[in-house]
Amino acid sequence: MLDAIGAKSVPELFRSIPEPLRLARPLDVPPALDEIALFAEMQRLASRNQVAHPPFVGAGCYPHHVPPVVDQLLLRGEFFTAYTPYQPEISQGTLTALFEWQTFVCLLTGLDVSNASMYDGATATAEAALMATRVTGRRKVVVSAAVHPEYRKVLDTYLRSTHDEVVTVPFGADGRTDLAALAGAVEGAAAVIIGWPNFLGVVDALPEASALARKAGALTIAVTAEAVAFGLLEAPGALGADVAVGTMQSFGNPPSFGGPAPGFFAIREPYLRQLPGRVCGATLDKHGRRGFVLTLSTREQHIRREKATSNICTNAGLCALAATMHLAFLGKQGLSDLARLNHGRLRLLRDALAARGVKPAFSGPVFNEQAFEVGDAEAVVSRLAKKGIAAGAPLARWYPDHPKARGALLCVATELHSPELIDLFAKAVQP
Amino acid sequence: MSNPTGWKPSMEQGAAAAGPMGPGAGGAVQGIAYEEPLVFEHGSRGRCGVSLPAAPGPEVASDLPPALLRGGIEGLPELSELETVRHFTRLSAWNYGIDTGFYPLGSCTMKYNPRSSEALARLPGFAWLHPLAPAELAQGALELMWQLERALSEIAGLDATTLTPAAGAQGELCGLMVIRAWHQAHGNPRKKVLIPDTAHGTNPASAALNGYTCVELPSGPDGRLHPETVQQAMDEDVAAIMLTNPNTLGIFETHIAEIAAIVHAKGGLVYGDGANMNALLGVARPGDLGFDVIQYNLHKTFATPHGGGGPGSGPVAVRAALAPFLPLPVVVKEGETYRLVTDVKERPSTVGKLREFWGNFGMFVRAWAFIRECGPEGLKATAELAVLNANYVRAQLKGTYNLPYETDSLHEVVFDDKAQKATGVTTMDVAKRLIDHGFHPPTIYFPLVVHGALMIEPTESESRETIDAFVTAMRAIAAEAVAAPEAVKAAPLKPVRARLDETRAARKPVLRWTPGMKVE
Repeated sequence: MLDAIGAKSVPELFRSIPEPLRLARPLDVPPALDEIALFAEMQRLASRNQVAHPPFVGAGCYPHHVPPVVDQLLLRGEFFTAYTPYQPEISQGTLTALFEWQTFVCLLTGLDVSNASMYDGATATAEAALMATRVTGRRKVVVSAAVHPEYRKVLDTYLRSTHDEVVTVPFGADGRTDLAALAGAVEGAAAVIIGWPNFLGVVDALPEASALARKAGALTIAVTAEAVAFGLLEAPGALGADVAVGTMQSFGNPPSFGGPAPGFFAIREPYLRQLPGRVCGATLDKHGRRGFVLTLSTREQHIRREKATSNICTNAGLCALAATMHLAFLGKQGLSDLARLNHGRLRLLRDALAARGVKPAFSGPVFNEQAFEVGDAEAVVSRLAKKGIAAGAPLARWYPDHPKARGALLCVATELHSPELIDLFAKAVQP
Repeated sequence: MSNPTGWKPSMEQGAAAAGPMGPGAGGAVQGIAYEEPLVFEHGSRGRCGVSLPAAPGPEVASDLPPALLRGGIEGLPELSELETVRHFTRLSAWNYGIDTGFYPLGSCTMKYNPRSSEALARLPGFAWLHPLAPAELAQGALELMWQLERALSEIAGLDATTLTPAAGAQGELCGLMVIRAWHQAHGNPRKKVLIPDTAHGTNPASAALNGYTCVELPSGPDGRLHPETVQQAMDEDVAAIMLTNPNTLGIFETHIAEIAAIVHAKGGLVYGDGANMNALLGVARPGDLGFDVIQYNLHKTFATPHGGGGPGSGPVAVRAALAPFLPLPVVVKEGETYRLVTDVKERPSTVGKLREFWGNFGMFVRAWAFIRECGPEGLKATAELAVLNANYVRAQLKGTYNLPYETDSLHEVVFDDKAQKATGVTTMDVAKRLIDHGFHPPTIYFPLVVHGALMIEPTESESRETIDAFVTAMRAIAAEAVAAPEAVKAAPLKPVRARLDETRAARKPVLRWTPGMKVE
């Protein structure tokens, strides 16, 4: 090969890098491992993570059963070793699946248009806020304190760079957004951001909040981290949301220490030209056969550069595919069953804890996650960690001054938490 | 050994002569492919493809307000497990991946994604670990992140690394936020970012999202950015210059040290887009070249799969002076114990949080596995073989296709369609005809400075035989462009779809399935 190139050696091919700029020593990284040694080392690391029991913590990342068939299909090399479908003729598999993802997102959220995925729920929320500022020409967004704290932190980071203002409104004793405070803050806002369900697990006041937003000319952005809820709760689009964002991690994607997972982004049709990210659309090939392509790319960075609706390029395609597959296997009946099963398990958990004198921290209705008054939540977490159980999320980490949140532990129950396990957990929380 | 397909290498030579449906240089013929409706178009069958514990009835929702409940969602599929398996298997057969064949998509670094990394990321201790599990239940994950951070700092020749950005573009955003915060801490965030005309579109988009104005710098006739260009544009309102090195022409920015000195002299910083790090692994380090910040793309350089458009992962490495501004979380080691710093009180200068939780951990596992499998020599060999392969492609295709820049190439080479101009065959046609030969086309029409660019990046993964077959196809297409240009323009003929009408897709957007959906 060097002969064909006309070079004497491989180092000669690097002659354009001035000698003093080159690294004169080997990189200081650990020595190479063969596959057997590599597996031993990685097994060592993996075994230092304890996952024997399904975690009782959700808080934005939910433990659900992923049917093995999903992962088997996901490992088809034609899917996972493909890149962004820039050549549609040989990417119809990815494109068709993205079109299906977009359809699932629209069906679940009750909105008109979905993009082909975002990095995660938090950045989707921030991008939704930015979209709302473009749509309305306003520079303030109002967010409920009951929206996921991680999402709000990311919102702050993004909006600080664009010099837009974030106003936070509190939640009440029922764990729902304080509507009086919202009414006082919404004037002149580009958007109202509210959880569905919210971070406290509570089914929040979306219909009321969206009515207030509409009156003030603001968009309503509904945020969902636990997408299984769509199988039981009314679609945000049917309750006045103009934008629905969040993550579909619950479908097809294991927790994986918090990433990757597919963020989703759905809107009402009029905002289409302001949508961030890739979109897949149907068209015809030159013989008149239906096919799919990436479309409306004049919104995107590779065409519009600094005037693009977002800088997003690579997103979470494979995670979206996993979610699409899982949703296809579930189907109409499966999703509905799964959602009721989750709600039923939460009720079991609530009853098991109530039997031991542990009460919910907030009075509002919940789906599969609820905060419980346990007193010193960090102590409970430490105690259960010794048994190898991830007990829940102490809300004091995010709401140190809130009287209801201070002693509360946020716990989830899903189809993975059997009645026996729930019983065991309740006894461990309150011996 | 028998030859069950009957394919022989001599067919390569006959690729063009065999006619449009003969085996291409990559061996591409046609097989059975199925028309497959959307999963929603199979119709209502009352089936379900999962096995769940018995679900409670609707009465379970008696504690929820009825107005906020919904029944079954109309439109969702009703298929058995096998029907659904066939659906996605058939879709996969409509796709082309690295596992299918050569994928020389320039600037995307489509290298082999080791199956061992996939198996490792699926170890229950990694895949099923909850991000809010107490640190004592997550020591292995934190140790892996801590080690990966250090390895990425060493490879970059910089001092500290954050793993959190979700992809390359978010890494850019992160790097620029850190730069802005650093300037702010010195009294003035500044207003402008300098970006050469060869840059990826994400660069100006990330700068704009950070509130910066972009100033485009022209590259010179040799495809390089020249110090005098930077000198002219540089002033004390410039926060940073964003450079990709090697640049998107695959050319090393030889003047990098001088450019960095010019920028530093006026108090600016030098940002490196690490999209092309594959050329430099173990050979040169961005920190030693004068860069203050670079973002990696683990899904390019460190072999994590591209997944049809993500997930990516875009760690950012910085000099020590910028480290306090990195986003949260940060992994710290205290004695033999690892912990995540998530509280801003411990890092008062941080730019904050960029995404939920800690980053795309699943990608960290794969990238760490790749680094461990390569070791220092393997990483350097990666760059060497990638550069060797690109230069071999360049030597073999030079003369057949026009090479707009004679300057040395590193890991990728950019040709254009000037030599085909008289035939009417364009870069798009060449790309589509390559599909009939069984190859994924290169990146086309990018970088923007080359009219009709064909940007070829073979990566270190490919054998000489594979590259030779690709070269054969490229030559066959050039010959065909002269002999039968209409045949080239009619391509591709072999995939399940011919050229798709992108204008129609944009003019009458159909972006989701609806019952009775029509595309007209």
